[in-house]
Amino acid sequence: MWQYTLKRLLQGVITVWFIATATFLAMHSVPGDPISGERAATEAIRANLAARYGLDKPLGEQYVIYISNFLKGDFGISFTQQNRQVNDIIREHFPVSATLGILAVLFAALGGVLWGALTAIYRNRLPDTIIMFLVILGISVPSFVFAALGQLALVNINNFFGVSILPVAGWGTVSHMIVPALVLGMGTMAYLTRLMRSSMLEIINSDYVRTAKAKGLPAERVFLKHQLRNAILPVVTVLGPAIAAITTGGFVVELVFAIPGLGRYFVQAVQQLDYTVIMGTTVFYGSFLVFMVILVDLLYGWIDPRVRVQ
Amino acid sequence: MSQVNSTKPVTLTADDFALIPHRDDIHGINRPSRSYWQDAWRRLKSNRRALFSLWLIIGLLAFATLGPLLWQVDPSRQDIDQISQAPGADRTAEIVPEYTQWNGAPQPGFESDAVGLRIGADANSQAVRLMWGTVPGASALRLYRNIFPIDDGMAFGLPIAEFNSTESGFYEDRLDLRPDTYYYSLVSLGPSLNLTAQYQVLAVDVRRVITIDEVRERELVSADAELAVGDQVKLSFHPMGTDYLGRDILARLMSGARVSLFIGIVAPFLFVLLGVAYGSTAGFIGGKVDQVMMRFADFVVALPFLLFMILFQVVFGIGPGESGIVPMLVALILLSWPATARLVRGQILQIRQEAYVSASRLLGARNYYLVLRHMIPNTLGVILVTLTFAVPSAIFTEAFLSFIGMGVAPPTASWGSMSNEGLATMLTHPHELIFPAIFISLTVLAFNLLGDGLRDALDSRMRSLE
Repeated sequence: MWQYTLKRLLQGVITVWFIATATFLAMHSVPGDPISGERAATEAIRANLAARYGLDKPLGEQYVIYISNFLKGDFGISFTQQNRQVNDIIREHFPVSATLGILAVLFAALGGVLWGALTAIYRNRLPDTIIMFLVILGISVPSFVFAALGQLALVNINNFFGVSILPVAGWGTVSHMIVPALVLGMGTMAYLTRLMRSSMLEIINSDYVRTAKAKGLPAERVFLKHQLRNAILPVVTVLGPAIAAITTGGFVVELVFAIPGLGRYFVQAVQQLDYTVIMGTTVFYGSFLVFMVILVDLLYGWIDPRVRVQ
Repeated sequence: MSQVNSTKPVTLTADDFALIPHRDDIHGINRPSRSYWQDAWRRLKSNRRALFSLWLIIGLLAFATLGPLLWQVDPSRQDIDQISQAPGADRTAEIVPEYTQWNGAPQPGFESDAVGLRIGADANSQAVRLMWGTVPGASALRLYRNIFPIDDGMAFGLPIAEFNSTESGFYEDRLDLRPDTYYYSLVSLGPSLNLTAQYQVLAVDVRRVITIDEVRERELVSADAELAVGDQVKLSFHPMGTDYLGRDILARLMSGARVSLFIGIVAPFLFVLLGVAYGSTAGFIGGKVDQVMMRFADFVVALPFLLFMILFQVVFGIGPGESGIVPMLVALILLSWPATARLVRGQILQIRQEAYVSASRLLGARNYYLVLRHMIPNTLGVILVTLTFAVPSAIFTEAFLSFIGMGVAPPTASWGSMSNEGLATMLTHPHELIFPAIFISLTVLAFNLLGDGLRDALDSRMRSLE
């Protein structure tokens, strides 16, 4: 297990290095350079700015500086916001995105397992039909439509009761988080429900469930210990990609609900061509996702003893 | 048989046994022989949901390709008389004379002895002419306009004019008038121009009007038609309404369908092709080359997809006059191929072990023949399923990027960018968001259902439990 963990972590580090290099090369192949804006009025100012940001050095040297700074955990200074460290931007805005993301993942995973199990139990009966219809809807409707509809619903509910039951936009309290997290987790929940249903159906017909029933175990015990625990395994494997999908899906939700998260910041930085912020957030998000996937894989080994043996 | 079951003892004689005449036809195949693809098609046809989605996709393709031939309206033409019109809205307009400036004298029929806020002329989309008598006890007056009725504690809306004199006055409002009900309020201001509680409100219904020149210019009637003031004309027809610039939504949906379906179908086709080439090469060569190639694919998979999509959009850049479709296509291909490559490689590794491949090799088949004749055709089912599922995710990606403003550049319409524009006016004109959203959802739904059906029909191992 330890060897496996170590191996996965090493792989993760190499992957992060690849992401950092790809980001570096991508940003440096952008036509023009970040300081050719109106600030660089004369050659002298230009040269000064280039020296300040280290852009006058050859590409190889810039790469070495970039990687060594990155190893020290320093992503540099923002180009458009004076004297603002990219680290500060991440430190300030990432917790918001993470809180929203964790809530959404929790909601998606719990909802997916619950609805999936329900549909399998009520297979081909009314609850199954209704939930599966909603699932197809959840998979087919883009997240920004859910976000817009969620906000519209909030406005109407608040107008109907005449008081603000849940805030329509913004960030700060738990009440701000509920609807955005629901909206963010919706697509993933639909996907997990489908997965849970098929994995549950496979297990309902398996031999050991029949044996458990035959030897007279109470139905709840068969359901919890034998069916649910085994059926959850495929859901856990896709949690890694699901976290990735939810983190990036957060962009739209943050945009629509005016949440000061890193996703909204990234989109803004791209629109303003703030190169250091773009590179910093990409590498940061990339490493975060890589290690989340590794964490989920390790978690999988913990839940499923069969994986540990190998 | 009944004799056997009865309790009566049976006596059999030699006559009871006879030789059955020999028949050749029992060894014959009396059902039609079906190839893999015929069988798959048969299974797909019996799946009602898949068949429905297939027709839906054909319909959407027809909408994108044949639609513009039937509905020849320029999707970027702006109709300033009909901005943000709901579908099926009233589109008659009355012809009025050219605009002339107002001197404050009430129009015949609007003279009155009233002293409050009132209209001094027929209120239409050309101008709303307001007049009022002296307001006692105020230091100055400010005129507001709102599209909602003024409740207690509710804002007055848009301030449109301020008057230092509190004597009787008049004002002509020509600011962006639409056929709607407007609520004008004349608020008394205190000595330091602060709002006081004293105000008067007037609800004004605005009619849509047009001048003869405008009718001629926009070719709303045939060139030789007689026009006179007071006639009713019909403005151009927009079956699905118009957007915030007065552009026809049906025409924009059609041109948006082209963009969305083009990216949604061409990009998956190209990256699946690339993935097949890469995966089959790696799988077939095997060994060190395979390991290196697949490790590289693993790295590409690890790149945060949407972040790099956005990054590539910046790297490729969208020049002036370009639509931004090509950068998106390239970025999608560069980032999406590894999934197919992995899948195909796994399949190839499996098929390489099959007896028929060894047999073929024994018969002298060369490598390229083995790959093209045996391996790729046998993975085609899986590839087709991957392709079908790749379409909705590509459409989603396009819509997502256009929605956050990193996709196609205006004035190119895509369903995503239309949704983005519609979001701003969601509360007052929901149709601008709902129509493109419905089209995205329908397309994604159709491809997902078709993918499910294809998977069930083509690949028994991946068959879903439904």
